[in-house]
Amino acid sequence: MSTKIHDWSADVFRAMRQRNIATVCTVPDGGLTRLLQLIEADRSMRLVTLSVEQEGIGIATGCWLGGGKAMIAMQSSGVGNCINALGLPLAYRAPCMMLVTMRGQWGEFNPWQVPMGQATRPALEAVGVKCFPVDKAEEVGETFAAAADLAFNSRVSAAVLVSQRIIGAKGFGQE
Amino acid sequence: MSTASNRIARRPFMAQLLAHRGNSLIVTGLGSPTWDCFAAGDSPEFLYSWGGMGLAVPTALGVALAQPGRRVVCVTGDGEILMGVGSLGVVADQAPENLAVLVLDNESFGETGRQRGLTAGRTDIAAVAAAFGVAKTMTVTEQSAIDELAELLFKAPGPVVAVAKIAITEDPWALPEKDGGAIAHRFRAALAS
Repeated sequence: MSTKIHDWSADVFRAMRQRNIATVCTVPDGGLTRLLQLIEADRSMRLVTLSVEQEGIGIATGCWLGGGKAMIAMQSSGVGNCINALGLPLAYRAPCMMLVTMRGQWGEFNPWQVPMGQATRPALEAVGVKCFPVDKAEEVGETFAAAADLAFNSRVSAAVLVSQRIIGAKGFGQE
Repeated sequence: MSTASNRIARRPFMAQLLAHRGNSLIVTGLGSPTWDCFAAGDSPEFLYSWGGMGLAVPTALGVALAQPGRRVVCVTGDGEILMGVGSLGVVADQAPENLAVLVLDNESFGETGRQRGLTAGRTDIAAVAAAFGVAKTMTVTEQSAIDELAELLFKAPGPVVAVAKIAITEDPWALPEKDGGAIAHRFRAALAS
């Protein structure tokens, strides 16, 4: 196994900058730590901290209706909080771009994460979101770029699902 | 908190209020607030919704962040805003100066049969907004307060949240376009022109 971990967060950040995605709505996740740091450090970008993930769907949709580009970054459990809300961009035929870091999937320690983690992709697909699962760090950036282009150019909802295999399972001090 | 006998008649109230809007963009919550704004006089600067309960304030916030040079006013109901009430915290945190929220509070779920809502009891949405950190809030109980309310919603530095205690009334149906793509296209075209 390689000891050098590919910096997928930097790849995603670069792809965001290239596409003028300047607003990122989030309920944070451990797997998003580096990406959120990159966003916060960039004065041309706006980080919007949410109380619940569904707010991000409304903000991103409103942002596009106002002529801007926004996205949502969240943990897979947060997807469950967005399902009815996803009717909004779909009804407006507005793009909705999501970056989801997975739990309950690859070596999960916490059983409470498993039901929603396993249901993330089927639930998203059931409401019409195009899913892009990725399980290699080297491929996150290009997958994000392709999904974002599909979302904003073809005005659909798209979610990049970053595997727990990339992020690593949280150990809760039990390693 | 409940005033027990709300007197404001929503349709003439909204028509009078919106006459003051200037070029403000109006984002409506689903149900009667959408019907009220449409009945007051349709405009491409009105963004209607027929769903997404709990998302009127987030949607308006998104528009306000993307259009910092335009006033954005969210018009929604008490049940709608309570379903996404944490968004008032996000509004306070982002603090957009161009965003205002008006809650038409009839203390009931009007669209589904006028079942009792939480604001019929001890819940006070203006106080909730203030506790989330929205510096300016107002509760209006009389039609005569329109000038003061218009000043707050359309001119005062935001973010602001106002609650209008409205009566339960029987109003004629006034339904705008329901195709979301058509609504979105018209709104975006109006902003680009």
